Amino acid sequence: MTSSVNFSIISAEIFLLVALCVIMIVDLFQRDKERKLTFLLTQLSLVSLFVMGAQDLGLERQVGYSEHWIKDQFSTVLKLAIYLGTFVALLYARPFIRERNLMRGEYYLLTLFSVLGMMIMVSANSLLVVYLGLELLSLSLYALVALQRDSNIASESAVKYFVMGGLASGFLLYGISLVYGMTGTIIISEIASYLSANQANLMIQFGLVFIVVGIAFKFGAAPFHMWLPDIYHGSPSSITAYISSVPKIAAFGMAFRILESSFGEADIHWTPMIMICAMLSIVLGNIVALVQTNLKRMLSYSAIAHIGYFLLGLSIGNDEAYSASMFYIIVYALMTIAGFGIIIFMSSENKDYQQISDLRGMGRFHPWYALMFTLIMVSMAGIPPFIGFWPKLEIFRLLIADGQVLAAVVAIAFSVIGLVYYLKVVKEMFFVDCEDSPKVSNSRSLKIALSINCMLLLVFGLMPDSIYQYCISAFASLN
Amino acid sequence: MIGLSDYLLLSAILFAISVAGIIINRKNVITLLMCIELMLLAVNTNFIAFSHFLQDSAGQIFVFFILTVAAAEAAIGLAIIVVLFRNRATIDVEKINQLKG
Repeated sequence: MTSSVNFSIISAEIFLLVALCVIMIVDLFQRDKERKLTFLLTQLSLVSLFVMGAQDLGLERQVGYSEHWIKDQFSTVLKLAIYLGTFVALLYARPFIRERNLMRGEYYLLTLFSVLGMMIMVSANSLLVVYLGLELLSLSLYALVALQRDSNIASESAVKYFVMGGLASGFLLYGISLVYGMTGTIIISEIASYLSANQANLMIQFGLVFIVVGIAFKFGAAPFHMWLPDIYHGSPSSITAYISSVPKIAAFGMAFRILESSFGEADIHWTPMIMICAMLSIVLGNIVALVQTNLKRMLSYSAIAHIGYFLLGLSIGNDEAYSASMFYIIVYALMTIAGFGIIIFMSSENKDYQQISDLRGMGRFHPWYALMFTLIMVSMAGIPPFIGFWPKLEIFRLLIADGQVLAAVVAIAFSVIGLVYYLKVVKEMFFVDCEDSPKVSNSRSLKIALSINCMLLLVFGLMPDSIYQYCISAFASLN
Repeated sequence: MIGLSDYLLLSAILFAISVAGIIINRKNVITLLMCIELMLLAVNTNFIAFSHFLQDSAGQIFVFFILTVAAAEAAIGLAIIVVLFRNRATIDVEKINQLKG
């Protein structure tokens, strides 16, 4: 049934919006330099959203608002992952921004606005709503990156992010306008039914190219990746941890809604494009990451490679592969937050930690955290029994089952090459002599958060089904 | 009589100009901002033309939303440029090169 107005299906978004307004007003009257109340309220609203969302698991698919809005298992699972990722990222951020004159209410408010944008993106059932969610997300992120007003490189990366984000939205919109013109509708399910009745003509294919380019830009997949290392490098580390992880989950939701839900019938036109982007990202990300000496840049290139593996799953184009992709992107978010957590952890008050060589002596002076960092690195490299292994395995398995053996072989080979730069970090920590103890953060909450996050990588790795079954159920309920 | 294809051609030309402007512009960040706006206007032309010839109002409503978002985007873009100018005392595109990709 498509009843027009149904508040129950947007209750989470309304709750967040109300919470945002309350937090904004509370923050206005706060004298506290630490912004403790703002922080607590922000985290509290994320926790309540998580609890509310967890009860929606397994509900029937509901469509409302003249089919512009959808609430199904897919959007619920992605939203839960978004809340969790944001919660962890804000935990990491607190000691970092306290020392850098970034402890302002805007930090939390903009983060929550971007969460709202992401929720809209994954629940959208029309191209208009996808676009509005995407812009709410991007505009908040541009402002977040520029939040460190006195930093030269942060403002530079904000300009680059803004221009590239604007370009990506422009491409996406141009594609959407062509698709609208040919199909006469912006509702995703109606586009799908148009395409099942008609062939995709040249104009729709033309629009589809623009849409794929826009999506690839947003993901930072090669050959549209050039903005990504600069922005990850330039923005304050706590914001990098956030923008490199959680928005990718929402971008997956958007990519799935646009590419599969609306253009699923025309998938012969877009899967080769995604495949090319995926292979280029894997090759380029892994090779360029090899020569980086700056850990932040190395992690950015490794993020490009991860996006490549993830897009491989998207390019196979069946339900099993989509759930593997979804699994990959959630795991990727968890690992990336932890990876940039290292940088936050190693940054002291007046020094931003940057170089891999600064990790020397960690194994000797801080063995526990050196172990934690090792967990992150081997998990990113995809070594069992850590969590990074399972989604990679699933994607390679499905790729071979789909008959694309050559692509699978290349991807696996580059995965092995990727091991080199991950292990380089481990080598610096344990096997290079160093006399002085490296400086680390002494915030207890950060230490606990980092330890829990890293242990999660191991625990989930031992029981990968705990996440994977939700990803499978998300796609099982779509049909 | 001006047909649909004329409008599409116009918007394609505007779109191409704006992309070219973003890629080959080497002088000023404000120009980049203008190119992004031009790009959105090209899209709007497309939507309006389709909306008129399809006799369907969805495209026109889409345009209203794009215009609103474009205004917000321009505001944020200008704010970011002001921050950049305070730090660098320049908004020359060629000088925005501390980070090398």
